[in-house]
Parts: sequence; structure tokens; C-alpha cells
Amino acid sequence: MADGMVEKRGVGLWFTHLGLIIGVLIIFFPIWLAFVASTVTQPEIVRPPMPLWPGDQFFENYRKALVSGINAPVAKMLFNSFVMAMGIALGKIVISLLSAFAIVYFKFPGRRLFFWLIFLTLMLPVEVRIVPTYEVVAGFGMLNSYSGLIFPLIASATATFLFRQFFMTVPDELAEAARVDGARPMRFFWDILLPMSRTNIAALFVILFIYGWNQYLWPLLITTDPSMNTIVMGIKQMFPSGDDIADWPVIMATSILAMLPPIIVVISMQKLFIRGLVDSEK
Amino acid sequence: MATLKLDNVKKRFGQTEVIHGVSIDVKDGEFIVIVGPSGCGKSTLLRMVAGLEAVSSGEIQIDGTRVNDAEPMDRDIAMVFQNYALYPHMSVFDNMAYGLKIAKTPKLEIADRVGTAAKMLELEDYLTRKPRELSGGQRQRVAMGRAIVRKPAVFLFDEPLSNLDAKLRVQMRLEIKDLQRKLGITALYVTHDQVEAMTLADRMIVMNAGVADQIGAPLEVYENPQTEFVAGFIGSPATNFIPAETLGDRPAKVARVGVRPEHAVLADAGTGQIQGKLVYAEALGAETLLHLRLQSGEMFTIRQDGTVPVPADGTLTGVDWRQSREISFGSDGHRTPNESAA
Repeated sequence: MADGMVEKRGVGLWFTHLGLIIGVLIIFFPIWLAFVASTVTQPEIVRPPMPLWPGDQFFENYRKALVSGINAPVAKMLFNSFVMAMGIALGKIVISLLSAFAIVYFKFPGRRLFFWLIFLTLMLPVEVRIVPTYEVVAGFGMLNSYSGLIFPLIASATATFLFRQFFMTVPDELAEAARVDGARPMRFFWDILLPMSRTNIAALFVILFIYGWNQYLWPLLITTDPSMNTIVMGIKQMFPSGDDIADWPVIMATSILAMLPPIIVVISMQKLFIRGLVDSEK
Repeated sequence: MATLKLDNVKKRFGQTEVIHGVSIDVKDGEFIVIVGPSGCGKSTLLRMVAGLEAVSSGEIQIDGTRVNDAEPMDRDIAMVFQNYALYPHMSVFDNMAYGLKIAKTPKLEIADRVGTAAKMLELEDYLTRKPRELSGGQRQRVAMGRAIVRKPAVFLFDEPLSNLDAKLRVQMRLEIKDLQRKLGITALYVTHDQVEAMTLADRMIVMNAGVADQIGAPLEVYENPQTEFVAGFIGSPATNFIPAETLGDRPAKVARVGVRPEHAVLADAGTGQIQGKLVYAEALGAETLLHLRLQSGEMFTIRQDGTVPVPADGTLTGVDWRQSREISFGSDGHRTPNESAA
């Protein structure tokens, strides 16, 4: 390994870096275009060639997006998305931690059956069960509400499965030692299992937050009131229908704003996230 | 400290009975070692005392109280696990204090008790460290400290030294013995290592396939094994067994005769009890182990002093021992009284 690094010095190293930089630029270019588009005026966008450097409308466009938007203020949509993403991420984590705990540490009749039932739901994508789910949510009167946005997406076979796998690697003696020490099951869960799952929880939080943030189809179905729109579906709602003229700078500003929270979550939790994916701290 | 009583304790997993009824009265402050090969049920027995396994039948009493159905925490026991089972995210201090915290012991008293235990175990400098920053021996000490601070009625050790290297094992063995003397603890200690059993035990239980073959003081067990299994398991190198008919002149009910390696000596070819050919000799310095192949094809080991000359490999030689030193067994593997005692 060390030898390889030494050999790479020189021209090879430069080519490697050059390749990587070009790759990054290619990936970054559309985002850059979106950013540029969000800082110019509408006529500047539609007049070819499209500008490649930011204009002077940055504050104007973003203020317009955040405060008034097109259908609903983007600030409101950001807030809705945030509530939904947090609700889904935290809810999924709590529920799957508890169900994995039950499945791994308690012997109850039908334990395997329940596990496989949970596992089975993995096989069914959201789209397949979206109509019956809509039925149920509508029946409960949860359309256009945060609970309607969050609850149907909160059960997670993936997260349950992940925590189950992690709990199974925790030595049995640890549970026994806690029992001898006098810890009741929930105490063991809270004092020992939970802190040991810290990195896994962090990694999962990042993934689930982004999953929740990027929900498109479900919010589109159940939120008819623009003030309950989430930002990802809200962007699509901003597109003009018929002969209306699209306000591209505001739409682009909204897109950039929609990207920020996931980026902040990833960057701020990067350390824990990577640790959760690579090492098993035991 | 307390007494412990097992009364015909049995364990069944489904239809299979794995422990066929073990009874023992452990006195206050007595150190009992349960020794046996893997799969003999010794750990299961210990876990039943701990309350981690249900008792299928029989009774376990701690200080005269039946505890069969009590939770581990209500039994007033502490356990040291084979792989230490330290909580990886807690510091050494928190590991030792966890049980006390759950019992809602006042903070000052926790600090005091952990401090005392840490001092005794020379862990004072490591109290803030995490288990992964400790060596195997230190982790072992933390596991023992966790047991000590609780001041339990009975200590349970489940092969606590088997994850340590040989040198550390000897050292920790001495420390456990020392600790036991200082604290006068009542303890059950499970091991498959007969040296640990011999050195630590006040009395030992030799288990074989779910049966307590013999219970007694180590030397008594060594001198007077009650079954062929005990004779073969306790003592290293193992006892030699010879079919009685090849020796002749033994009572009819004796099926096999056991001779400890140290009780046998070389004799001139054609003399002594049996004849054999020296296959190889292991010179260990203080002693030499001679491995012979008997005419019947079986191996026979003699332990002799390192200063006694050793014949060349392949030499035909006689083997002799005093018949009074023989341990004879019936065809059921149980001891038959020595009739020819000189």
C-alpha cells in the first residue's frame, strides 16, 4: 500500500487528480447552472445563450421564493418538509429500535412469524400499497396534516432488520451481566443497547432524513392544500400549466433551498455516519 | 457471605436431560470449583445458580432461602463471565458502579466501594478508561471488581481465566486465590482446567456428562478417585489404565486398573508388572516423561525424576509399581476397594 502511494507520485498522480477534478466538475455543473439561474432575471434565462456566471438578483429571487413563492411560500414548504423528514427519521428509528429489541431479546409466541411479517413488507414498495394506504389515511381524516404525511411512512422493515442484525452481534453475556447487575429489560435497552447503537442510529438518521425529505409521491397525493405542500413536490407544483410563464429564477432558488437541509445533515453527521457504516465498536 | 445448597438439581432441555441431579452443601466462605470437560454441564449448573437458566427440578437455596424462581438480581449473586461482558461504552468506574447505581446506592458509597475494589485490584489509574483501552488481564480485573463492589452472598465464576494467555492465567489464578482469602467469599467457580481446580478449590465437583462424579477436597479427589473418569481427568499426565486380565492375580470384579505416571518406575526387561517398549522420552528438566507402548498396543506413561537415567528409544523394558498404589475399577467404571493393600 505504502509502496503504491510512492509509485503514484509524479505524472500518474496528476492524471488521477485531473480525472477526479473533471468528474467532480461534470457532476457539479448542473447544480452550478441551477444556482446561476437562481441569481438572474427571467428574461436573462430564456435568452440564449444561458448565462454561466451569477447575476445580481440573488437576494431578490431568494426573498421572493421564501416569502411568497408561487403557490405557497417556500419557507412554509421547507418547514413542512423538515417536520416530515424529522418525523419519519425519528419515528422510524424509535419504532424499529423497539421492534428489533423485542424480536432479538424476548421469546414470545410467533416471534419468528412477526419477524418474517415485518421482513415481508420490504418486498412491497410504497407505490404498490399507496392506494389502500390513501384509503386508510383519508378514513382517519389525516389528509393535509403532518400526521398524514408522517405515520404511513414510519414503519420500516429495513431499519428493523438493520438493528436486529446489530443486536444479534451484541454478546449475550452483556444482557446476562446486566441482568445479574439488576437491570430490567428496558433499563438494559436504555443504558446499554442504546448507547452501543449510537453510531448505527446516526447513520440511519442521515439515510432516513434524506429518504423523508425526498418523498414525492405520497405528499403529492395527500396534500391538496398548498400550505401543506412539501418542498420536493412543491417544486413540481411551481411549474406552469398551460400558457403561464414559468418564473424560473424563483423555481431554481427553491431547488437550491431544497438541497440545503440534506447537505447540512450529511455534513454535520458525516463523522458519526461513516463510523456507523464501517466499524462495529465493541 | 452466605451458604449455598443444591438439592438434586436437574436440567432438561426439552426431552434431553443434561444435568442428572447434583447435590452439594456449600459452607459459608467455601470456594467450590466445578471442573469437567466441555459439554459436561458445568456451565449450565452455574447458570442455574445465577438464575440465567431455569431449574427443571430440585432446589437451589442461598442462605437457606429457596431461589429457584428468583430473578438473578434478587438472588444476591455476582457473576464473572468468560469473556468479561464489560459494557463497552462505559468507563471502568461506571462498569463497576452500574449494579450499585441500579440498586440506588448513595453516590458517596458507590465511589467509596468502587475505590476500595479498584485499589485492591490495582485498577485505580484506569478508572476513567474504556474497556477497549485495557489489556486482557485488566479487563478480567474489572469484571471481578464489578462483582466485588456488589458484596454479594455468592460469587459465580464462569471460566474467568480461559481467555488469558498462559502466564497471565497463572498470575490471575494467584490473585483470585488471594482475593478469596482476603474477602472470605463463598464462590462457585467453573473451569475445564484441572490445575485451576486443584489450586483454587476448597472442594471440587468433578462433573462428567451431567453427573457429579465426585465431590471432595482436591487432594482427596486426586488420591482417591471414585470413578475411572475422575482418575483419568484429574492429574497430568493422565492416569494409565490397564485391563485387569493382562495383569492377572486381581480380584474378579476388577475390570481395569489405574496407575498414576508418578507411581510407576522402569524395571529390568522381563521383570515388573508389565512389559513395554520405550517410544519416546520427554525431558522436562525437573522430570522426564517416558512414553511406552505396551505389548497390548496401548500407551503407558511414566513420570520419573529428571536425574534418573533414561534408556534409549526402542528399549524393551519392564514397568513396575506397588500394587497398593493401584486404583482399581469395576466394569461399570466405579471404584472397587483395594483388597490387596499391602
